[in-house]
Amino acid sequence: MSLDKNGIAQRIAQELKDGYYVNLGIGIPTLVANYIPEGIEVEFQSENGMLGMGPFPIEGSEDPDLINAGKQTITALAGAVYFDSSTSFAMIRGRHVQLTVLGAMEVSDQGDIANWKIPGYMVKGMGGAMDLVASAENIIVAMMHTNKKGESKLLRQCTLPLTGTKCVTKIVTNLAVLEVTDGGFRLLECAPGVTVDEIKAATEGRLIVNGDIPEMNLP
Amino acid sequence: MCGGFGLCGIPENSIAAIKAEGVKDLTCISNNAGVDGFGLGVLLEERQVKKMISSYVGENEEFERQMLSGELQVELIPQGTLAERCRAAGAGIPAFFTPAGYGTEVAEGKEVRWFNNKPHILEHAFDASFAFVKAWKGDTAGNLIYNATARNFNHAMAMAGKITVAEVEELVPAGELDPNEIHTPGIFVQRIYQGEVFEKRIEQRTVRKAE
Repeated sequence: MSLDKNGIAQRIAQELKDGYYVNLGIGIPTLVANYIPEGIEVEFQSENGMLGMGPFPIEGSEDPDLINAGKQTITALAGAVYFDSSTSFAMIRGRHVQLTVLGAMEVSDQGDIANWKIPGYMVKGMGGAMDLVASAENIIVAMMHTNKKGESKLLRQCTLPLTGTKCVTKIVTNLAVLEVTDGGFRLLECAPGVTVDEIKAATEGRLIVNGDIPEMNLP
Repeated sequence: MCGGFGLCGIPENSIAAIKAEGVKDLTCISNNAGVDGFGLGVLLEERQVKKMISSYVGENEEFERQMLSGELQVELIPQGTLAERCRAAGAGIPAFFTPAGYGTEVAEGKEVRWFNNKPHILEHAFDASFAFVKAWKGDTAGNLIYNATARNFNHAMAMAGKITVAEVEELVPAGELDPNEIHTPGIFVQRIYQGEVFEKRIEQRTVRKAE
């Protein structure tokens, strides 16, 4: 059985390490904050200008001056700090943020990512995504393995306009965990009940399968 | 130039004054373009904006209509590049290299240079006649203090404007703000006033129930 969005977020949360500063993109990545493993402390960076982002406010206490990069009202945790946008991107470009989790429309087997523009549709813009993918050392993509038509989103080459090149390190989908290597996507784990053949069929890019592939270990 | 991120920390009083003044053919540098009826959306409705330079737009039907019909020119640039082009303008740095956008359409026509085995593209500082910013508190010397994430682009844009106009929620005599706690030194601010009304609209109200 393939994972739902929460399952993907739960698996990505296992990549968190104590003391990490983490930037979460909009969509599935945001859900990662709900599954921080016990005994691990991380701080979430929001590129509009804060570290130490907390959960949504209790109804009635929302503050229009306190939002995340998705423009949602949020709260600040103990130790939080606010800063201006140029300082925020200094943290990102300067590689002070250890992990970036982003959604994607397509990823290529060289680690290119496309997630900001579909020709022919209204273009909303790249926001901070291009800065994040160009600079982050460790980029995990959270996405469904195929689109609504059943076509692979893990490709030999991206067909959509790129957000960044050769930058994705790992991909967690509803079917698998994969690592981007010089030779293509290396399969690391299968989702519970998903076979290697199913993953092969759903992956258009080069797929490397070495030996027995373990199943994801989800609580 | 207009500070703010979404509707958070936007100079809403200055925007209302620009609308009342009726000046046209403006080029607006702002991370976002407001929503219908609020923020920069009100200047778009009055057709006062010729060009928008932003990182993320489209929470706004009128914006979309004008963009698709070609009435409005739109230049989309990475958010960090937008912030740094403001900071550079204020800091006397004419241009800089950034990795953001390399290999994408943002890099088209731009000089590429490799530093530390990574490709970077050349980006230029903005050149803006006016910056409109919003702060929480300010003093008569032009010093500014922001509240929470309403700081966003306001600081770098205050640095960048040839004439920076700051609106504040509370204007106090010089000497009342603690110099240790000032975010933007008054040297970057040419005009300051206390805004009449701050509506502070929320774009995405997300809450949880009390436990």
